[in-house]
Amino acid sequence: MISTKGITFSYTEDQLFHMPDLHCDAGSTILITGDSGKGKTTYLHILAGLLKPKTGEIFVDKTNIASLSEAKGDKFRGKHIGLVLQKSIFIAAFTVLENLEMASWLATGKKNTERAKRLLEQLDIADQAGKLPSQLSIGQQQRVSIARALMSEPKVLLADEPTSSLDDKNAEKVIKLLTDLSKEYKAALVIVTHDARIKEKFINKITMV
Amino acid sequence: MITKLAWRNIWFKPLNTILSIILLTSSVAIITVLILLEKQFEEKFNSNIEGIDLVMGAQGSPLQLILSSVYQVDAPTGNISFDSAKVWMQNPMVKRAIPLAFGDNYKGFKILGTTSEYLEKYGAKISEGKIFEKNFEVVVGSEAAQKLNLAIGDEFFGSHGSAEEGEVHEHYAYKVVGIISATGKVVDNLIISNIPSVWQMHGSHEEEAHEDEENPVHGEVGHIHEEGDEHEHHEHEITIDEPGMEITSVLLQMRNPMAKLTWQRIIPQNTKMQAASPAIEINRLFTLFGVGIDALRYLAYGIMLISGISIFIALFNTLKERKNEFALLRVNGAGRRQLLKLVLIESLLLCIVGFIFGTILGRVGLMLISKSSESDFKLSFNPYEFIWDKEGWLLLLTLLVGIVAALIPAIKAYTLNISKTLAHA
Repeated sequence: MISTKGITFSYTEDQLFHMPDLHCDAGSTILITGDSGKGKTTYLHILAGLLKPKTGEIFVDKTNIASLSEAKGDKFRGKHIGLVLQKSIFIAAFTVLENLEMASWLATGKKNTERAKRLLEQLDIADQAGKLPSQLSIGQQQRVSIARALMSEPKVLLADEPTSSLDDKNAEKVIKLLTDLSKEYKAALVIVTHDARIKEKFINKITMV
Repeated sequence: MITKLAWRNIWFKPLNTILSIILLTSSVAIITVLILLEKQFEEKFNSNIEGIDLVMGAQGSPLQLILSSVYQVDAPTGNISFDSAKVWMQNPMVKRAIPLAFGDNYKGFKILGTTSEYLEKYGAKISEGKIFEKNFEVVVGSEAAQKLNLAIGDEFFGSHGSAEEGEVHEHYAYKVVGIISATGKVVDNLIISNIPSVWQMHGSHEEEAHEDEENPVHGEVGHIHEEGDEHEHHEHEITIDEPGMEITSVLLQMRNPMAKLTWQRIIPQNTKMQAASPAIEINRLFTLFGVGIDALRYLAYGIMLISGISIFIALFNTLKERKNEFALLRVNGAGRRQLLKLVLIESLLLCIVGFIFGTILGRVGLMLISKSSESDFKLSFNPYEFIWDKEGWLLLLTLLVGIVAALIPAIKAYTLNISKTLAHA
């Protein structure tokens, strides 16, 4: 479960963004849409605790992550928030499986190889486990990103433009995976997108203006 | 897991890594060789001059006299009259005087005529057999015995002078009667006989020439010189008391430290000999070497500095590409400190690998140096010795280079703005 109240944010003194309040329960999905430059990604980074809001509260379950210290915020994010990034970023020197293990190790201190293998299986890329991320196709990379975001059993799954670089078929596949998996693992799913292809699929929407 | 990542990262860009490691390895190797060489060299040189205050010998270069008489590496300066040397050897200020007479060599190993005091001075004990008593009986140093494959009872002919190719003295054969235990000093590489052996060996040579001219004296017309016969010509055995003989030098230990100084002046003033102090000459030699050693050392530190810069450039260059990776780690819950640690560990791993390779390469180098110095000077070094304090400092220095090189990249990683990095990914 994630909910926000009265968030404002500013990069500079004279510029203030008001972020709309949102609420998303475990297992359900909310879409944040809007044109470029309206602060969608900024909002997502605030939700992930990567940026500190000027005012306001962000509750993940019962924790107000806006009030956490940086070190605690890092730990909390690792454990409870999964992030699927717009562009796939990996540890280039690690294999796919090791990338997943690393995510789990940073969050919990355990490699959790079993879970990594199961997720890869579910995402239909188990045979790519031993490869380097750079050897995978973009669609496969995106699925590894999803698997990685789910490694620490997060309460919230945040996805930043997860379909922007994919073709229709893959985009649909990724959205289906995200929604299915977040339901299965009981995570609140927040998707930031301007992709018209997926807007119509969701009822729960916030538009940033 | 951080260390594993660091290890993978340094091998992900192998060219950068190999360059850094090669530079580090070469600087560590040079310094290691210098450390070992300097220490073992000084040890060897100092252990051999223990108990020798002065060396009395023919005039010439004092350093040459010391090198030839104490270390057996250079040619002797010439001969001195044993009779006039005895005058000084019997002086009450002398505690111990050991006469030396250089004669021949056997396959490059010097045959030295001296007294049993020479062995005592070096603390050399007879491990097998007995000490030489009669002329042409020899005891063999442990290494010489091993390399020449000599055992008690073996006989061999010496070659004249110190060159292996010298003329072979076939009139008399040396007979091995004893083997000396290992001392770690020059004795190990010597074959030692009494002084009269040397005299007789060379005396016979002159007499033989003499004899050829005046063959009729023997009056045996038609006598054919056959090898076995020659021995018969010299029935009387030369002893240490034979007058008018020459020796090469005398090792002196003095009772009075003042005499060490005054004799260096008095002897050349009153005789045709000189008295040189090994301590002074070796000091002079080390000073000469010192310039070269210092130059090499600065070179090695220079290379280490360059390797530090190379690590810095490698880390700094990849930092741009790895910004995203660092941001990702932070997203996954890594703290700033873990990133700092990652960069530092990468640099330190390079340094440790470089240090290990350097230490090994340095020892391989020393082994090669030892081999060539062994065949040229009978001077060997032990590559397996570890000088913990100096090499420990070298390790610390190497690690320090690694830390300094990683400092700026590590701080950059530490202060990375994740949100900005991800937004521009």
